[in-house]
Amino acid sequence: MSLIVKVENLSVVYNDLPAVTDVSFQVSAGDYIGLAGPNGAGKSSLVKALLGLTSVNSGKIELFGQELSNFSQWEKIAYLPQKHQHNLLFPASVLEVVVSGLAGMPQIAADLAKERARNLLQDLSMSETESKLFSRLSGGQQQRVLLARALIREPQLLILDEPTTALDPQVREKFFALLEKINKEKGTAIIMVTHDTADIGRYAHSLFYLDIKLIFFGPFADFCHSPAMQSYFGDFAQHLICHQHAPHPDPLS
Amino acid sequence: MEFLNFFQYSFLVRALIAGSLIAVLAGVLGVFLVLRKLSLIGDGLAHVSFGGVALGLLFGVYPFYVSLPLTLLASFFIFQLSQRARIYGDAAIGIVSAVGVAGGVVIASLAQGFNVDLFSYLFGSLLAVKISEIYFLIFLVLLTLTFLVYYYRPLFALAFDEVSARAMGVKVAWLNSILLVLSALTVAVAVKAVGVMLVSALLILPAAAALQGAKNFRWALASAALFALAAVWLGLLAALNFNLPAGASIVLAGFLLFLGAYIYSHFRS
Repeated sequence: MSLIVKVENLSVVYNDLPAVTDVSFQVSAGDYIGLAGPNGAGKSSLVKALLGLTSVNSGKIELFGQELSNFSQWEKIAYLPQKHQHNLLFPASVLEVVVSGLAGMPQIAADLAKERARNLLQDLSMSETESKLFSRLSGGQQQRVLLARALIREPQLLILDEPTTALDPQVREKFFALLEKINKEKGTAIIMVTHDTADIGRYAHSLFYLDIKLIFFGPFADFCHSPAMQSYFGDFAQHLICHQHAPHPDPLS
Repeated sequence: MEFLNFFQYSFLVRALIAGSLIAVLAGVLGVFLVLRKLSLIGDGLAHVSFGGVALGLLFGVYPFYVSLPLTLLASFFIFQLSQRARIYGDAAIGIVSAVGVAGGVVIASLAQGFNVDLFSYLFGSLLAVKISEIYFLIFLVLLTLTFLVYYYRPLFALAFDEVSARAMGVKVAWLNSILLVLSALTVAVAVKAVGVMLVSALLILPAAAALQGAKNFRWALASAALFALAAVWLGLLAALNFNLPAGASIVLAGFLLFLGAYIYSHFRS
């Protein structure tokens, strides 16, 4: 599998306080990683550093074999931020928001962009909203539209920061199922920041547990049977993280 | 004055053309400024332009040639100040605005003798617009519309959600700079037409009216330009029929259109 992300000895400091310290890891095509950790563990800082949205104090980040400072292949990456900071007055239709995911990709013509957008809205059961104002949708609907905005790029790396917090359980199942589908069928690497380790444990292949420093990075099964993690978290906490429910047989149907 | 007679006077035709070109510029750029909470940038830059006009009059140079580069410089200064000086954009605009006015007043008091000329720039003189200024406006409208069409998706992404736009690789700083430059050029030329005191109204009112009932972003941009055009035409007609100052009439027409859009949108929803 080709290497997509390579991070070496990354440290990020905010206001003289360490947010991420000496973290190294790699992500390859087809990986599906749940990035978990307590509040203030540096999860969002880490993904922002990966995307060049925050300055890095030391360390090296390579995306698709290119150093981040020279990186130009942004069309391969999509990001769904933790909290959308859009303006309530903004007069954007749902279709316009989804198509705006193709910013910086002028090679995708308007007709093709709209066709892709409509297909994604259909996959997310949002077809009937395409002409509505984005600002009039519920929080959960907005989140689905923003996922469509990310997916329209057909990215090779998808980074999501707590994407399911505003979703009801039924929609969350569809959301996860759609991610699993693109991960399996297109080999899209996924990094999902989450607090819900039980939920992500059903879909992600690996757990990346961060608490400013990297605590664990590997398959969920290894984490759940690791004596080192058992002593770090204690039996109960480790059981909570590893607790998994059976997924719905086919939430997309 | 009857509407058809309007076209018999070349200075009126020039005023109508210049006003319409300014309307298109102010309408579309105003949407970006209002949505990004930079509405008062027009006010700030107009005040700097006032300082530039005073400087031009002091040295006997055509004021536009001084106010134009000075307004451009001020737009970059506002951008840098808001990016690096740990202050929000509105405070950066406030600083630049205050310095612009203070500079203009100090120059006017030092020089004396050109206060009447300076006063004309406070409230504008659209009927005295020159043909060279119309050529400049045509160039600016073409430049702005080409920029908007070519960079429509990145501009939409930037206005909608700047953080996500940066994560898409959109050159946010570059686009912001171009928007500021276009706004500065628009303000510099619009000051001559509607005046320092009223130029920000032309940037804000049509955009605010358009946002009342816009169904999507394209609609908002187009309707802001149409609202601005309507304000200019109605304002000019009122000015000529009732012997009123053109700049102020345009702004009041803009306000009435905003009020109409608000009431229509309120009852419709």
